[in-house]
Amino acid sequence: MIRLAKSPPQPPALHDRAMDNLRYIRETMERASAFTAVPGWGQVAIGVTALAATYLAARQPTARAWLEIWVTAAIISLLIAGWLMDRKARALGTPLLSGPGRKVAFSLSPPMVVGALLTVVLFRAGLTKAIPGMWLLLYGTGVVTGGMFSVSVVPMMGICFMVLGAVGLFTPAAWGDWLMAAGFGGLHIIFGTIIARKYGG
Amino acid sequence: MAKALRHEAKTGQTEKERLRGIHGGAPRSTHEIDRLIHERLRLGIISALAVNDSLTFKELKHTVKTTDGNLSVHARKLEEAGYVNCSKTFAGRTPKTEYSLTAAGRRALERYLDHMEALIGRMRKT
Repeated sequence: MIRLAKSPPQPPALHDRAMDNLRYIRETMERASAFTAVPGWGQVAIGVTALAATYLAARQPTARAWLEIWVTAAIISLLIAGWLMDRKARALGTPLLSGPGRKVAFSLSPPMVVGALLTVVLFRAGLTKAIPGMWLLLYGTGVVTGGMFSVSVVPMMGICFMVLGAVGLFTPAAWGDWLMAAGFGGLHIIFGTIIARKYGG
Repeated sequence: MAKALRHEAKTGQTEKERLRGIHGGAPRSTHEIDRLIHERLRLGIISALAVNDSLTFKELKHTVKTTDGNLSVHARKLEEAGYVNCSKTFAGRTPKTEYSLTAAGRRALERYLDHMEALIGRMRKT
């Protein structure tokens, strides 16, 4: 290689390209590990929790007891998802809130906060029958936006949730528990199985 | 950023192993850019495989966003260099192609990251 006595500083383009390359590697790694951000079999476990909750909730005499069962189930599901994401992040040696974990957390949490607030409002107003539809719709919204970065079956699952939620808002209250079972139970189990089988983990 | 990436790229590999001989289509000197993985698509393939034990053809195609033809050509080049392993099996009647990163491939990615880091470092000093 010929070296000039007074070599000019490296053109910034080279430096920029190196940064760009590193960024590309980082993004590709994130996208590649998004396949199993929340493992499929974890979703199946969450689905089973929801089916158990449906069984118990349908047997409660009061709206308050019904709500308590579902809130408990939601907390258990969140803990399962959080634990699995943390395990996955540890295995990869990346912080929990970087990459796919952050995308999932940030896209799911706003609709969930809205859902929690509206639950209080609707419950106080005595509109408990509107709650299942609202929950399904908001959860679906979060899954659609969070899943945009993941494999295409994930946003598909979100759309199914939204459809069930929309149905829930315009059908008799008695359908509520069934729709919850079909959504939080059925959809999680079906799509969880597809993800586990097709994409592993 | 490069440090964290290297941490991901590296799994239980010692410095000694890293310094030991260079295999396959690797460059002869460490100051030379590894053309084999400098190419965007091939860099993508290596990066995606670095964070997964193995990926199927379909998953890989989705991750690096390319066509069937392009992916198989570039994956073949990496396979010939000994950077990736390719195994073909049958799931029922449908053929399933799975790719994984070899030790040489992991080393190549690490070297590449070192190289990019050095380029950026040199720029910062001036």
